[in-house]
Amino acid sequence: MTDQSALPSAVVCRGLRKRYGDVVAVAGLDLDVRSGECFGLLGPNGAGKTTTIEILEGLLEPDAGDVEVLGMRWGADDRALRQRLGIQLQETVLQEKLRVEEVVRLFRSFYRRGPSVSEVIAMVELEPKRRSLVGKLSGGQKQRLAVACALVNEPDLLFLDEPTTGLDPQSRRQLWSLLGAYRRKGGTIVLTTHYMDEAETLCDRVAIVDHGRVIALGTPRDLIVSLERQRPGPSQSGTQQATLEDVFVAHTGRHLRDE
Amino acid sequence: MSRRERPSHPLVELTLARLLEFFREPEAVFWVIVFPLVLAFALGIAFRAKTDEPVYAGVIDGAGAAGIRAALASAPGIAIRPVQGDRADVALRDGLVQVIVLPGSPPTYRYDATRAESRLARLAVDAALQRAAGRADAFTAGQQRLEVVGARYIDWLIPGLLGMNIMGTGMWSIGFSVVFARTRRILKRLAATPMARRDYLLAQMLARLVFLAVEAGGLLGFGALVFSVPVRGSLITLTVVVLAGALAFGGLGLLVASRARTIEAASGWMNFAMLPMWVVSGVFFSPAHFPAPAQPFIRALPLTALNDALRAVMLDGASVARIGPELAILGAWAAVCFAVALKVFRWR
Repeated sequence: MTDQSALPSAVVCRGLRKRYGDVVAVAGLDLDVRSGECFGLLGPNGAGKTTTIEILEGLLEPDAGDVEVLGMRWGADDRALRQRLGIQLQETVLQEKLRVEEVVRLFRSFYRRGPSVSEVIAMVELEPKRRSLVGKLSGGQKQRLAVACALVNEPDLLFLDEPTTGLDPQSRRQLWSLLGAYRRKGGTIVLTTHYMDEAETLCDRVAIVDHGRVIALGTPRDLIVSLERQRPGPSQSGTQQATLEDVFVAHTGRHLRDE
Repeated sequence: MSRRERPSHPLVELTLARLLEFFREPEAVFWVIVFPLVLAFALGIAFRAKTDEPVYAGVIDGAGAAGIRAALASAPGIAIRPVQGDRADVALRDGLVQVIVLPGSPPTYRYDATRAESRLARLAVDAALQRAAGRADAFTAGQQRLEVVGARYIDWLIPGLLGMNIMGTGMWSIGFSVVFARTRRILKRLAATPMARRDYLLAQMLARLVFLAVEAGGLLGFGALVFSVPVRGSLITLTVVVLAGALAFGGLGLLVASRARTIEAASGWMNFAMLPMWVVSGVFFSPAHFPAPAQPFIRALPLTALNDALRAVMLDGASVARIGPELAILGAWAAVCFAVALKVFRWR
């Protein structure tokens, strides 16, 4: 296994802050995402995950802090940077009156390089739906199309904001295997989720975020092991072995899906 | 089957996407293409040239009413409609009759002095009754009846309707599609790509030009076929005017939609922008009715410029050079609105 800390960073951010009126969404957040890893931001709704990821994506301006993505900064050469990013937004609704292939072709047209329209559609296993209107797709199919639109340029870095929220288990697994294939080609992923199993399955490292701060950071395994060392005995979720859920409860005093 | 693997320029793909969305929305097609024709037909019928339309008179029951009815019935150009005494004023107000005769010695005419057709009816009825009572005409004048194509109200109205449609559908089709895309976060998703933002806005305007060809062609063909409305200038000049108008209102539509977050807010701003122009810019009646101090402002409005240019080309056969000032006004609106919209546009 290579020493991951020796790899260049895909994302570095320091002291990130963002507030909306009186609400502090991000309160001094630091992150380092290494090239080639899948990094998860895990936290409840309202923890600041989406605000953080949208700042990293260059869609929101932070009030304070420093962001570097693929060695570049927002505000300097945004279009060159966007050429190398793949982005899936939370609850994106694509053009419902367009067909799958038309949407993919539209997004493909924005990028200089990348696979062909057919290759992208094959990648997300939507060939049978190629000529279907987006409005007629199931939730899982729409989500795969959203990911397809994020993959049209073979991005170096893929941002996913709650990619499987609201999907049935089969659709979730289908999406996970799709992301696995992207990883095997050397891609880097930053994703947000509030699903423990998703974080454990997909992520090399996880940052647990609450109230706009990183309150724990490590591989899912390390986080669990360190918890078991601190608190021997049966886990709070009732099973013998501790889970990420227990890690979260130990750090925040609440359950992830409380709200 | 479209299996194009290599996409074209983003501007082409964005325009195509917008066109496909539009033509797959039957309601949009109806409002942009069918509705203007229905409106033009209805207005054309209502305001068609009424040759030899009689004046309508009502006679209230009473002593001598039968004689008055007989005299009016035998006079040319006068038709009698029955009215009840207590409903007479309503009939007059609604235009069912234009004058009411109260029998008596002498009779009394009740008419609406503010309406030209009512004053005309009073004169016709008076002449008929005087003649029946024995007044002799001093002479019989010769008559030259003219009906000049191009000088009828419908000839004046069709260019105005065309201008109004270019404004309305231009603003609605662009405004709605942009605000809809914003509410569904499609704009935000597009902003997350390297797409040039100007391409998105330009694509909206280009797609608009395609609907425009259908819409303007339909209305002009309809006017020519059904009402023989002439197009005396060259079709190329007319196309230039229509394009300039579409770009001006496309720009205005983009500007109005550039920040609105909801369809309701956008609707409000659209109406706010369009309502004054419906009234003052010469769709149904000439802007000359408004006082002189208001004229410079009225002339600077895009719909006034568009209607003036359309009428100049269609009715007077004007050349591009002669409508230069109007084209300049439209071009300025298009350029300024597009530039400001691009600057202030809200992508999320």
